Amino acid sequence: MHTTKKALIFSSVMVLAFAISGASMAGKSTTPLPQQEWGFEGPFGTFDRAALQRGYKVYRNVCAGCHAMKRVAFRNLADIGYDESQIKAIASEYTYIDGPNDEGDMFERPGLPSDRFKSPFANDNAAKANNGGALPPDLSLIVKARADGSNYLYGLLTGYEPAPDGVKLLDGQYYNKYMPGHIIAMAPPLADDAVVYEDGAPQTVEQYAKDLTEFLTWASEPSMEARKKTGFNVLLFLIVFAGIMYAIKKKIWSDVH
Amino acid sequence: MGSSERTEFKNPVVGWIDERLPIFTMMQKEYGVFPTPRNFNYFWNFGAILMFMLVTMIVTGIVLAMHYTADTKLAFDSVERIMRDVNGGWLIRYIHMNGASFFFIAVYIHMFRGMYYGSYKKPRELLWILGVVIFLLMMATAFIGYVLPWGQMSLWGATVITNLFSAIPLVGDSIVTLLWGGFAVDNATLTRFFALHYLLPFIIFAVVFLHVWALHVTGSNNPLGIDTKGPQDTLPFHPYYTMKDTFGLIVFVIIYAIFIFYMPNALGHPDNYIPANPLVTPAHIVPEWYFLPFYAILRAITFEIGIPFTEVVFITAKLGGVIAMFGSIALLFVLPWLDTHPIRSARFRPMYKAFLLAFLANFILLGYIGAQAADAVVFGIPLSYVGLAATAYYYAFFLAVLPWLSKNEKGRDLPASIHQAVLENKKA
Repeated sequence: MHTTKKALIFSSVMVLAFAISGASMAGKSTTPLPQQEWGFEGPFGTFDRAALQRGYKVYRNVCAGCHAMKRVAFRNLADIGYDESQIKAIASEYTYIDGPNDEGDMFERPGLPSDRFKSPFANDNAAKANNGGALPPDLSLIVKARADGSNYLYGLLTGYEPAPDGVKLLDGQYYNKYMPGHIIAMAPPLADDAVVYEDGAPQTVEQYAKDLTEFLTWASEPSMEARKKTGFNVLLFLIVFAGIMYAIKKKIWSDVH
Repeated sequence: MGSSERTEFKNPVVGWIDERLPIFTMMQKEYGVFPTPRNFNYFWNFGAILMFMLVTMIVTGIVLAMHYTADTKLAFDSVERIMRDVNGGWLIRYIHMNGASFFFIAVYIHMFRGMYYGSYKKPRELLWILGVVIFLLMMATAFIGYVLPWGQMSLWGATVITNLFSAIPLVGDSIVTLLWGGFAVDNATLTRFFALHYLLPFIIFAVVFLHVWALHVTGSNNPLGIDTKGPQDTLPFHPYYTMKDTFGLIVFVIIYAIFIFYMPNALGHPDNYIPANPLVTPAHIVPEWYFLPFYAILRAITFEIGIPFTEVVFITAKLGGVIAMFGSIALLFVLPWLDTHPIRSARFRPMYKAFLLAFLANFILLGYIGAQAADAVVFGIPLSYVGLAATAYYYAFFLAVLPWLSKNEKGRDLPASIHQAVLENKKA
């Protein structure tokens, strides 16, 4: 009886371990990423609202010049602590083309909370033409689209270095420790004091990178906090249910064993 | 299924229905008093777990289909809309996405159970074969389903796997064109895959029905692998196994829930969150983890088979790999005739047990190799050699070890009856 049980547990654990290692093996980067401490990690992790708002500011002032983020709408900013009037004000700073109206003409209107973030370029070709032939990827899912996404992003934003001897960079190319292949077409985006923080947080590249990563992690999956909260309740219920079922099973089987 | 004898029911409505359609009699016979060996361990829980997973996948899948758009321009966006804008959409999608993985975890344990305790042996050969049919249908459904989000791995995984069929001589290219509905993996491929992904689970459901029917004709095997000899060896299915299975199922669901809520993307590939782009090939194209052992077998064949020192090639490396991969699953169909040893359970066959556990370790090793780059080197040994050796053992286990053991393994003495064995176990 005991060997069988062991075999069962063993094989189950092996299958699981194999499943996880197989999946995580799939996307390795060359240089090991420095691991940061993130408040949103772990089963009870939540986002830091102040960091999210600072990160959003860095995104608007720096990233949004080249990178689109077309899956996030202004109304989603309620998640990171903006109220309705603030969201309306932010959205109305952008101009959108809408229509056709009753006369059949397209017209311009200010942005609404229901609009998605406005892309900096009309299409991918325009984006490439303005960025030396390289397409700045849409940032809506960037953290989920990279292995160990948050640490990767932080590493990338802080990983610029002068190219070592023997590495030749073409015009418009930069050297980055954590970019696969080390050559990246994005100029170092962050510099100390480039964005003004009103809450007194340090205006350093590291702090900008941290806040921006927090914001983009949220943007990749705005439902993360709800997911973890629901998960806690679901697991609590299941564990109690399992306990009850175990007691019932024991009771029923007591006349057999 | 016969209408021979009916149970009497006190409830007049139930009685009225049962006289006209004896569905309550059937349920009572097949799931109420159904005599079940009394000595099951928790390995026997996975049939019920798989039934639960099938229903979960169908229910969540139908809800997802209400919001999904099968069009190459819209598919990725529609999935992201489910994640962001549909109420509870993220939950439904993560249940479905991780459900595929947990369906396979359960089915692999269920199959290993069958192999360990010899559940495929007479008189359960057809039951086993129906199970292999279900496994094949699951693989097809899962592969097609992975294409639907239309991320980078969807597109490129589909390209690699469908291209395999082009290795088949004469008709290969026509088959690939038919699968694609054109000359590349494109919109026509996506729409037909969506249609098939909706269809196949219901075919699985039908084969599961046959599988369960066959099970209820022969009755279940058990950890001792000996036949039940009378009522002292069995228990009614309800409440003994309904309650035991429910407990085991909830434990399984707890692990499943941990993945859904705390690491929903751990079993997936980050590249599938990049929209499909036919102009950019990912650095490593890997299938979902549950296909990795078979993927390793596919890649293990890197040589051609022909007449040495001439240009004559009978089997190209690609065709060889395809044959090896499909052959590895085809072997499962004939397993009952490769292992003809009279003892079912590995408990009484120490040699078979050792070779089977080695087979399990080998299968996991193949999975590891399948996840690595084709040119990977570990401790100075090219992994492709290890993959070839592991593939050789996979085949040798079925084609050499099992027939040899069938003739030569003596095995231990079997207990006289389940009842007696249970009593002795209790004393010990």
